[in-house]
Amino acid sequence: MGGGRYGGRVSAQSLYLRDASQMQALSFTVHIPLVCFGIALPSMIAYLEWRHLRSGDPLYRTIARRWTRVMAALFAVGVITGTILSFEMGMLWPGFMSTFGGVFGLGFAIEGFSFFMEAIFIGIYVYGWPRLGPRAHLLSIAPVVLAGFTGSLMVISVNAWMQHPSGFRLVHAPKGAGGRAVDVHPLAALFGNSFLWNELVHMYVAAFIVTGFLLAMPYAVQRLRGRWGRYERTALAVPLTIAAVASPVQILIGDWSARDVASEQPTKLAAIEGLAHTTRGAAEHLLGWYAHGHVEFGIAIPRLLSLLAFHDPDATVQGLDAVPLWQRPPVNIERISFQLMVAVGTALALLGVWFLGVRLRRGRLPAQRAFYAAVAAAGPLSVLALVAGWVVTEVGRQPWVVYRVMTTTEAVTRARGVPVGYGVLAAAYVLVACGVAWVLRRLALAPLDGPEDPLGAGARTGEGSHAGGAGAGGPRASGATGA
Amino acid sequence: MICVLAGVALYAVLGGADFGAGLWQLATILAPHRGEARRARAERIREHAHHSMGPVWEANHVWLIFVLTVTWTAYPAAFGAIASTLAAPLLLAGVGVVFRGAAYALRSGTAEASELGLIDTVFSLSSILTPFALGTVVGAIASGRVPLGNAAGPLLSSWLHPTSIAVGVLAVAVCAYMGAVYLAADAARGDERELVDAFRARALAAGVLAGAVAIAALPIVHADAHRLYHRLLDGPGLAGFAVSVLGGASTLALVAARRFELARASAALAVAGVIAGWALAQQPLLLARLTLAQAAAPHDVLIALLVAIAAGGAILFPSLALLFGLLLRGRFDPGGARAQQGERARCSGEGAALAQAAGSQAADAQADGRQAADAQTDGRQAAGAQAADAQAGAGAGRLLAASSSGLCARLSLAGLIGGLGLLSAAEAPWAHGLGVACLFACMVFAFAAVDPTELARREDAE
Repeated sequence: MGGGRYGGRVSAQSLYLRDASQMQALSFTVHIPLVCFGIALPSMIAYLEWRHLRSGDPLYRTIARRWTRVMAALFAVGVITGTILSFEMGMLWPGFMSTFGGVFGLGFAIEGFSFFMEAIFIGIYVYGWPRLGPRAHLLSIAPVVLAGFTGSLMVISVNAWMQHPSGFRLVHAPKGAGGRAVDVHPLAALFGNSFLWNELVHMYVAAFIVTGFLLAMPYAVQRLRGRWGRYERTALAVPLTIAAVASPVQILIGDWSARDVASEQPTKLAAIEGLAHTTRGAAEHLLGWYAHGHVEFGIAIPRLLSLLAFHDPDATVQGLDAVPLWQRPPVNIERISFQLMVAVGTALALLGVWFLGVRLRRGRLPAQRAFYAAVAAAGPLSVLALVAGWVVTEVGRQPWVVYRVMTTTEAVTRARGVPVGYGVLAAAYVLVACGVAWVLRRLALAPLDGPEDPLGAGARTGEGSHAGGAGAGGPRASGATGA
Repeated sequence: MICVLAGVALYAVLGGADFGAGLWQLATILAPHRGEARRARAERIREHAHHSMGPVWEANHVWLIFVLTVTWTAYPAAFGAIASTLAAPLLLAGVGVVFRGAAYALRSGTAEASELGLIDTVFSLSSILTPFALGTVVGAIASGRVPLGNAAGPLLSSWLHPTSIAVGVLAVAVCAYMGAVYLAADAARGDERELVDAFRARALAAGVLAGAVAIAALPIVHADAHRLYHRLLDGPGLAGFAVSVLGGASTLALVAARRFELARASAALAVAGVIAGWALAQQPLLLARLTLAQAAAPHDVLIALLVAIAAGGAILFPSLALLFGLLLRGRFDPGGARAQQGERARCSGEGAALAQAAGSQAADAQADGRQAADAQTDGRQAAGAQAADAQAGAGAGRLLAASSSGLCARLSLAGLIGGLGLLSAAEAPWAHGLGVACLFACMVFAFAAVDPTELARREDAE
């Protein structure tokens, strides 16, 4: 991600490093919000279907069915963006794959099986809706929930390994051919790694926050427009509760991750904080801009950085000057992304506390319009925080692809024409994004019993009488009867 | 290596049928439709292709991911060389995959003929592009045009040469063949005569075409990739080659005889034969001047990978069997659903009748009870006491619900405190693990305490 500009070893061969980095970053940014839906949405749908089975209330089933259509569409898009990512691993970073494919590849091989389980059981769940028994149908989503967890475990184990590599020995080959990994212990490399656990938990909880706020967003907009039946309230309350519960906890988990970064990747922490020189009792700078070796126009809070990073106001924090210039990541990208993530995360946590506080003290949903406006804004903001967090992780690793072992310059492809591929992919993704926006709008507006609906065959007859009108009029009607 | 090949074969068979189905959609779009009846028929063919593949395409597609991940784990250097030298066809295949998947996602959003037509056109074009591009990749590897190293081969001429193009065209033809056979069998199960005939004719035509392309490809390979040709026809590849010829021919015969289920199996065998023949002809070389043994990852990695694949397969294959069992037995068909619903409706009808009977019995019992109450002097008092009991019971229930919510809230607070202490204050890894567990418990209990569905219901009461 733009690391080439800062590298001291940049040669003519790595002409396309920036294009390759940006292409990878684009693919990743498109993919990661879809991953969140893959992780978190199945369990929300399962909760509502379980409520339906327990209470027999058709409303829950209607919501679950509508969300299932969203899940099916987003999963399909997630499948293709994920495929592109795995193509790019080899197309853009052959040096990385050739040398280390054997070390971390096992993680992806196991992830492949998780992906299989997800694909198989999402197929069964989506197409089996009117056709399987209710118990069997609810049970068929359990593997999807589980595979969402194991899949993220495996992928993040690879990322954590790139951040904190171990489990092999590198023998350098002549002519800078990248060397060869020997004494490989794939399991130790993937799982014997302290980075894995905090990255995994941080991402897994983030997935629930992002999905929760994004899913609550359209119903908050409905509330602002004056539509507030029981359908909207339920569809808002379930994802919002999950997001509200998870976002304050995320602050604690984020703090844990940051402390691990402080001890294992001090250069990344120095870039995040704009700390040029190794300092005892370092101050924390809010806002501002890093230039000429210090943060300009920032608000300095004395000793806070040492306190946060090492739980000791007098601790020494390593600065950027500990490594040569070419080994430093781009400081301002790091600082701004990190502060963005923390600021948005804190705001989301406060929103969650507002919701929980009203629930605890008054036993109802908040009544203020401002709350619903904030929930509507929280959806996109949570995606922003998610992407910013990944920027901190990945840009902060620069110029290394495998931390302190292999640079991105060594890993990048020597092939020409990377910008062409970048352009083609960007154009394809713009088209797909338009298509997805269009289909989500259609899915939100269309009645559930349309002939195009994969679940529609059951809605027209039999028990589907309630679902038949569940599109525009249905939720309102059921809300009215509830009153 | 066998795992990779099995993956390639399964992707070729399942994904191939998938691509073929897309291809036939295009054929119906391009063919001129004069008259209402023919247009309706074309639409039904497209619908059939879509419905047969909808539930399984993602699972079929994952085989490609499987092949990629296993290759880069087991043969990392070869993977890096292949992917960087053949970046262009891989990008084309990737773009094809993007549009195919997007078409599946978008198709659920519309029922309008014009929009469906556009989506299906995109879908079909990408269904041709992807197998062609992947075919050229295979052709480039098979003809030894991928040198070891980072993008060491030329960007274009390593895949735009006669062998690659021949293999690409062959891949498209084989996909068309597989797709038609698969869809014909599917239509036969659904008992749709018209569709069966349509796809039978297509399967026969595509089978003849695929055979012709294969025969035409032989002299090209002879001229362009001599080693491959000789090892395929004179050497170890002959067995695979023979199997594929036999399989292809017997599939044609079976389709002609309308034995579609068997035809599916023999078509799959033919494709597997081609791939086995290719592998046998090429071994022991993986790339030009790189043998399989040289390319392999360290021994421990391979062992771990094999164990992972075996364990994953033990979970995967029953699941796949479940999916295809449901699909092939027609459980996902619109017709099958209707039959089931009819059954369910009948059941609920019986249920209603039973309930009615029970209701009348209950009414009788009530009448009896009233008589008894009149007869007894303290009956009214008893009834009053019962009502009070019931009220108390309801009150206790509400109290219990409230206190369970309160209990959950308190448990959640306890989890938060535990998490805060163990994760943020403590330093040991085990404490961190326990802290994370506490925080997860905190979140789950907090969710239970909020009880969002009840919260949403409550608003109405106010």
